[in-house]
Amino acid sequence: MRIGVITFPGSLDDRDAQRAVRIAGATPVALWHGDHDLQGVDAIILPGGFAYGDYLRAGAIASYAPIMSEVIDAAAKGVPVLGICNGFQMLAEARLVPGAHTRNAHQQFIRRDQKMRVENATTAWTSAFETGDEIIIPMKNADGRFVADSETLARIEGEGQVVFRYLDVNPNGSLNDIAGVSNERGNVVALMPHPEHATEPGFGPDTPDAMASGIDGLKFFDSVISTFVTA
Amino acid sequence: MPTIVVEVMPKAELLDPQGKAVLGALSRLGDTRFSAVRIGKRFEVTVDGDVDDALLAEVRGLAEDMFSNSVIEDVVSVAVVTSTGSGSE
Repeated sequence: MRIGVITFPGSLDDRDAQRAVRIAGATPVALWHGDHDLQGVDAIILPGGFAYGDYLRAGAIASYAPIMSEVIDAAAKGVPVLGICNGFQMLAEARLVPGAHTRNAHQQFIRRDQKMRVENATTAWTSAFETGDEIIIPMKNADGRFVADSETLARIEGEGQVVFRYLDVNPNGSLNDIAGVSNERGNVVALMPHPEHATEPGFGPDTPDAMASGIDGLKFFDSVISTFVTA
Repeated sequence: MPTIVVEVMPKAELLDPQGKAVLGALSRLGDTRFSAVRIGKRFEVTVDGDVDDALLAEVRGLAEDMFSNSVIEDVVSVAVVTSTGSGSE
């Protein structure tokens, strides 16, 4: 299975995402924001960073990048798309997932190993989890506060489009403690924490068992890979 | 050359952390008369040639779709300024 990772000017975690794809057993394909070519990949990752310097709004300029027209078409056809952090902001700006982001409520950049609950294990990127699983994924952001109007919040809560919820601490003031959401179909998933940073023992978040041993992020990639193996 | 000025503000009902931080700084200066600060954005779009209704309509559309995000912001004004200097309306 080939999973594309799009590099934008200002992307930081594109190589980490490619590495996570490789660790999970799939083939990473480097995609370029300025191309109109997805190179026939089976799934797409929009990585973290500060694409286009986060000018205007985080993810806003990137949502108009040339390759985004192909991403929008692919998403409509059901191709799995994962937006991580800045990728979440891009997908929200492109209206592929609901909501938007503002500056963190406390005005500070935050970096922590974040506990979350998987609220929907039926999406393309969460099927290897069980609904209710509690996982630890590193996060790091300044504009991570998820907001949506109350109608949208009620709808996405009711439709199972809230995929991840922060536990113990709400790190940025996100409404309803929402850490990640999906589109209606569940093929497009986006979250602020970084699953690609929790895929290899020794380099992940600390767990009660051992330092840096957390690999909860691996199941994101296992999920999408298993979809293709069984399809 | 005419300039089209677009002003965008965070939605009134949303927390504006930047404005809140500025308010905090104001209160540390000791003046207690300021009760709120909200920070928005101003875009000055310079136009080659004349601004007609069609172009103004196009910029209004861009203001809604690109300059602002309707989930978190409102476009509060779109106005043509003919001098090269800045003006508010």
